[in-house]
Amino acid sequence: MDLRTKYLGLELAHPLMPGGSPMADDLDTVRRLEDAGAAAIVMHSLFEEQLTGEQLATHAALEASTESYGESLSFLPSISDFRLGPEEYLEQIRKIKQLVKVPVIASLNGATLGGWLGYAKMMAEAGADALELNVYQLATDPEESAQALEQRTLAVVRAVTEAVSIPVAVKLSPFYTSTANFARQLVAAGAAGLVLFNRFYQSDIDIEELDVKPQLRLSDSSELLLRLRWIAILSGRVNASFAVTGGVHSAVDVVKAVMSGAHGVQLVSALLRHGPYYLKFILDDLNRWLEEHEIGSLDEIRGNMSLERCPDPRQLERTNYMRVLASWRPAW
Amino acid sequence: MSERRKLTIDANEAVTSVAHRTNEVIAIYPITPASPMGEFADQWSAEGRKNLWGVVPEVMEMQSEGGAAGAVHGALQAGSLTTTFTASQGLLLMVPNLYKIAGELNPFVLHVAARTVATHALSIFGDHSDVMACRQTGFALLAAGSVQEAHDFAAIAQAATLESRVPFLHFFDGFRTSHEIAKVEELTDDDLRNLLSEAAIKAHRERALTPDRPVLRGTAQNPDTFFQAREACNPFYLACPEKVQKAMDLFAGITGRAYRLFDYIGHPEAERVVVLMGSGAEVAHEAVEWLVGRGEKVGLLKVRLYRPWDAAAFLGALPPTVRGIAVLDRTKEPGALGDPLYLDVVTTLAEARIEGRLPFAAEPRVVAGRYGLSSKEFTPAMVKAVLDNLAQEKPRNHFTIGIVDDVTHLSLPYDHELDIEPDDVRRCVFFGLGSDGTVGANKNSIKIIGEETENYAQGYFVYDSKKAGAITISHLRFGPRTIRSSYLIRQANFVACHQTEFLDKYEMAELAAPGGIFLLNSPHSPETVWDSLPREVQEQIIAKGLKLYVIDAYAVAREAGLGVRINTIMQVCFFAISGVLPREEAIAKIKEAIEKTYGKRGKVVIEQNFAAVDAALAHLHEVRVPATATATRHRPPIVSEEAPEIVQRVSAVMLANKGDLLPVSAFPVDGTWPTGTTQWEKRNIALEIPIWDPKVCIQCNQCVFVCPHAALRAKVYEPEQLAAAPASFLSMDYKAGEFKGMKYTLQVAPEDCTGCTLCVNICPAKDRTNPRRKAINMEPQREHRERERENYRFFLDLPEVDRTKVTRLDTKGSQFLQPLFEYSGACAGCGETPYIKLLTQLYGDRLLVANATGCSSIYGANLPTTPYTKNRDGRGPAWSNSLFEDNAEFGFGFRLAVDAHARLAGELLQRLAGAVGDDLVTALLNADQSDEAGLAAQRERVAALKARLATLGDADARRLELVADYLVKKSVWLVGGDGWAYDIGFGGLDHVLAQRRDINILVLDTEVYSNTGGQASKATPLGAAAKFAMAGKEVGKKDLGLLAMSYGHVYVARVAFGSKYNQTVEAIREAESYPGPSLVIAYSHCIAHGYDLQFGVDQQRLAVDSGIWPLYRFDPRRVASGQPPLKLDSGAAKVPVSEYMKNEARFRMVEKQNPQRFRQLMAEAQRDVTRRVAIYEQLSHLTVPSTTPAADAAKGDEPAEQ
Repeated sequence: MDLRTKYLGLELAHPLMPGGSPMADDLDTVRRLEDAGAAAIVMHSLFEEQLTGEQLATHAALEASTESYGESLSFLPSISDFRLGPEEYLEQIRKIKQLVKVPVIASLNGATLGGWLGYAKMMAEAGADALELNVYQLATDPEESAQALEQRTLAVVRAVTEAVSIPVAVKLSPFYTSTANFARQLVAAGAAGLVLFNRFYQSDIDIEELDVKPQLRLSDSSELLLRLRWIAILSGRVNASFAVTGGVHSAVDVVKAVMSGAHGVQLVSALLRHGPYYLKFILDDLNRWLEEHEIGSLDEIRGNMSLERCPDPRQLERTNYMRVLASWRPAW
Repeated sequence: MSERRKLTIDANEAVTSVAHRTNEVIAIYPITPASPMGEFADQWSAEGRKNLWGVVPEVMEMQSEGGAAGAVHGALQAGSLTTTFTASQGLLLMVPNLYKIAGELNPFVLHVAARTVATHALSIFGDHSDVMACRQTGFALLAAGSVQEAHDFAAIAQAATLESRVPFLHFFDGFRTSHEIAKVEELTDDDLRNLLSEAAIKAHRERALTPDRPVLRGTAQNPDTFFQAREACNPFYLACPEKVQKAMDLFAGITGRAYRLFDYIGHPEAERVVVLMGSGAEVAHEAVEWLVGRGEKVGLLKVRLYRPWDAAAFLGALPPTVRGIAVLDRTKEPGALGDPLYLDVVTTLAEARIEGRLPFAAEPRVVAGRYGLSSKEFTPAMVKAVLDNLAQEKPRNHFTIGIVDDVTHLSLPYDHELDIEPDDVRRCVFFGLGSDGTVGANKNSIKIIGEETENYAQGYFVYDSKKAGAITISHLRFGPRTIRSSYLIRQANFVACHQTEFLDKYEMAELAAPGGIFLLNSPHSPETVWDSLPREVQEQIIAKGLKLYVIDAYAVAREAGLGVRINTIMQVCFFAISGVLPREEAIAKIKEAIEKTYGKRGKVVIEQNFAAVDAALAHLHEVRVPATATATRHRPPIVSEEAPEIVQRVSAVMLANKGDLLPVSAFPVDGTWPTGTTQWEKRNIALEIPIWDPKVCIQCNQCVFVCPHAALRAKVYEPEQLAAAPASFLSMDYKAGEFKGMKYTLQVAPEDCTGCTLCVNICPAKDRTNPRRKAINMEPQREHRERERENYRFFLDLPEVDRTKVTRLDTKGSQFLQPLFEYSGACAGCGETPYIKLLTQLYGDRLLVANATGCSSIYGANLPTTPYTKNRDGRGPAWSNSLFEDNAEFGFGFRLAVDAHARLAGELLQRLAGAVGDDLVTALLNADQSDEAGLAAQRERVAALKARLATLGDADARRLELVADYLVKKSVWLVGGDGWAYDIGFGGLDHVLAQRRDINILVLDTEVYSNTGGQASKATPLGAAAKFAMAGKEVGKKDLGLLAMSYGHVYVARVAFGSKYNQTVEAIREAESYPGPSLVIAYSHCIAHGYDLQFGVDQQRLAVDSGIWPLYRFDPRRVASGQPPLKLDSGAAKVPVSEYMKNEARFRMVEKQNPQRFRQLMAEAQRDVTRRVAIYEQLSHLTVPSTTPAADAAKGDEPAEQ
């Protein structure tokens, strides 16, 4: 069975890989992922806010109440070898590269131009084979227009892709007014691929404490549909690699993703829930399914259900929405 | 030979630079002002810096200075090159070992930042009282007077001790030299190698105790031999001075810097000479050169090697023309014929006269003077006065200089106006807040000037006595010659005021030289700033012709995201105005310094500071100064006119930074001070204060509980009291049953609040229409100050709650009781003070506190003002601090005395029963004093007794009057930090626990030596980075509670108020009521943990929820009823320890150094926590037979002595 795929210019044995998550923080887990057959290792995102926040918080903690009182001119040891930058992350790239044979995709999360973009170059130098640029942001500022936000994101993509020679994928959220157009602009700005979509961790409300409670909920296959639809819309119309992330939990989900046009399929919740070896389980299942359906390679079916090639494109477009609504009848 | 670097460093660093390179074993213990030496040594070893022989010296923190001295002694005996650093009480703790080390002729250098020994008061500052207490130990004493000398003498002492086998105590003045930053030439490794004799090192090694060449030392000797054997060392002492001079000569050959045992400075035919040592000699050097330049025949003899005293060298160093000698001692030996250096000089001259060796034309007259105790200023004007005194026909002897003694009239007058500093020395003074980073920036500036220009540079920094809202005053000098001015700047070319509020408090312009520059950080524009100045400031500026500059540094800092850190902005202004360096060059150097200082803190930190640097100049403006003062506003008085006389007369002068002017008569003779004086110091340091919204309040009083400064208070009172209330005074109906029908008010003390926001953070009541608002909300202090000041005044006048009516002494009830600990100088958000405040609320009117030295003794009693106070009956905590190490024993002494008074009262009562009345006597002796009602009743009986006694003429009646108050139960508490309880004072604490006496111990456990700046203690948890445990502590926290439980008869509780307020109250009440020893270990969040203390309560919760800090109460009384004595008050861990650890920089910095090690330590910490919780869990089910003596005692079969 030929499961080979080309994702971000990387020749992969198959599309399955762990998505950006803390799994790659632990070398033992990374080894187990490779043993389970992962085609690539995607690392967790190095967050712009996390880095700057950590730097500022540590700086504040180290400076607080220093040079105020004669007996205690400082309160914490003065450590000259202090690593508040991306050193640990870069070190982890190096270690993973030494450990595994498959490509390593580093990930950088941020939405503004700034010094942190330099980290992309450092990641490449540390050995990353590709970069996933996560432009996750919640557009909460009423002063910033959609256009300005998109321009800012494009500037970031441009800056990163110009700084590195390795391929860069952009991981998007689903909330753009004209996703297809924006996708095309991203590719024009230098993106080699698009990863769809980021999962927003929705906060809940505690009605007793009058508080907002952050929630971390693992995905299920229902979340896949949004991804399938947009990959299908973009596939063949935007010249880039596509990866699905969010909601892939079975071989059937993988088949759907590939049929929509995906080159890479990222697994997070499934692996967090069942362990790294689950990747092998899905892979075996995928092989079985393809065999049963007498499909020799994934290329045969990649994109066959895209907007361009599926039998009824209306199913993917606005009319679908109307038909679904019309088919709904109240239960009472 | 590598080139020598010029460094701009302080003496602590300069000394450690030599000590670390020339030793193999370094045993340390923190004590101000020597702590930085241990910290440098520890840091450098942690960084892998090697000594001259290619080995990283082993640095080991011990449990006390006594322990460090023992370890040093052992390491020396086993043949290592060994050193340590200390000061003051720490040095005294080493004394027994100093005798041993000297008696065995161990080559060793002990570096001492000389500090005042505590007498009537503690002082962290410098004098020679500590080193002078060691002159009998057999150590050589070598005195350095400047940073360069401290660096050089560290090396010379090392060479001389190896050559002579006499151990050396190398000392330099605490703070004045230890903390002065100056430009020095660094000795290279080659210099040190050339100086130290390999043969002498080999000889030291060969004397090592080793089973390969076994010998024995430490014998016991008897009357037949001890004396002779003691005299056997004499040749070594006789040879020592010459060996020191040889080392100095060798040093001079290597470096070009020549020293003598006694260095003479001045006129070759001087008639009057002053003799002294230490930094004062530098001042005298400057003064003598100035006087000689004016034709005076005066001189100075600097004493370098004080012990062994070389009389011949002393006599040989003085010109034969000398007719008068003034010997100045920086120590006081009450009752002595004279202070030590004077006695040595007199004896030297007398012996020389008797033996006919006097080298003078006529025998000089010698007078003694005392100066500079506790870093008291010592200036050229004082040196001149001392030399002028010698010119008198009958010079004053045994004088003091630098103070006004209007009691015994010992002080010499001096010219306060005399200023001899040359014009080419630039002098700059900066008034800043500790929190605004002024000192850090100035340290950088002085380094820039010292290392980037040809100038010599000096920086000295004066700190506040308070920890929150502390003022810092930086004194910077730079000029073309060596700067010997070891005193504060009195006439500055440049004065900067970094806080506009200071204009109302301190006379800053007074320090400016005529035509100088005054830079002000002010929110006012260049056009309006003049009108904002008080009239006194305007007048000074005009009279002195000062140039006035203004910048709104806070606006620039805010813009750059720097918050309140205005340091780099003000630094840019300083360089721009002062013209020390060309502007562009200065800015480039500042940026370099920022990168150097903050380079490891990340790009964003650097970017923010760079942005501030770039923005600063655009906001700096020169202000046109009018010809006449226009302001009608004057500086407000320092304290209210209502303040008591001593506060007006003494405290207010100290508060105005003018304590130097107070004469001897102003002070109590024995260190006794009135309590309750912080109330007069209205510090106004909070930018925002909590403002109450009664509509939302649920009256839980948690905010009152957590307030570290007793600046938020609750009262219940009768509605009619409101008749006279100010219009803005808020109140609401009291909601619960016990005070039905009464009113409730929550009131902030607007001028005492530090703005820590702990109260608002923990407030559980949210406004339902806008949950962002709570029942208290932080609002700008300035807007609310006037109104809330009136409200608070009214609030304080409302009657205090009737203590007998507070039936539920829980979180809420306890907070209606008047705190008798208020407005302390503790850090904003301090985690210790809420416990102390609670203690005073519950027992303040009958409380004796013995306080171990540390944070709690400093914010508890650092003058000018003190926070313990009295209630309306004049009762309140009686408080004292003895030492760091002896607090358990000290407080135990309180108990013994109180019990003795009570026994005497009982005895006298029985003797006087007939006259007093049997019923009253019986009631007095058998009173139930277990609650407030019982105590109130007993107080009434004591009052009745006193009334009755007043009518009796019996001598016993007079005696009973003196001790009658002891018939009311007293509550004795020993309070201190973990450094005391876990480390230095553990032996005493353990002993007190082992007694069956009614003693209560409150350990404020910050898990680190907080007061001396965050050194690890045995309470430091596994995985935390602290000074002396930089890579993260590898051993788990000592379980003090479990150790105490092992006695069986000790009440033990572990509390964390932020997790369970009620458990804290309950534990303290149980501890107090338990008639034996009680130990309460209290989790105290601390600035040294490395996070914003407004989240202190959240961290307390996480500490308990993660199992890091289990809550429990072990009460031996439970044994009698068959219950397990241990009751766990916290359940199973709800979150992993990582949840707790990740919030604190002390843990995170381990991760940032070495993530793998951090993960290992975190895993170990989790295992450790799980293990400990399991032990407590099992113990909490363990019942013990009720026939143990402890249980019997608790049942009353064998009542514990009271």
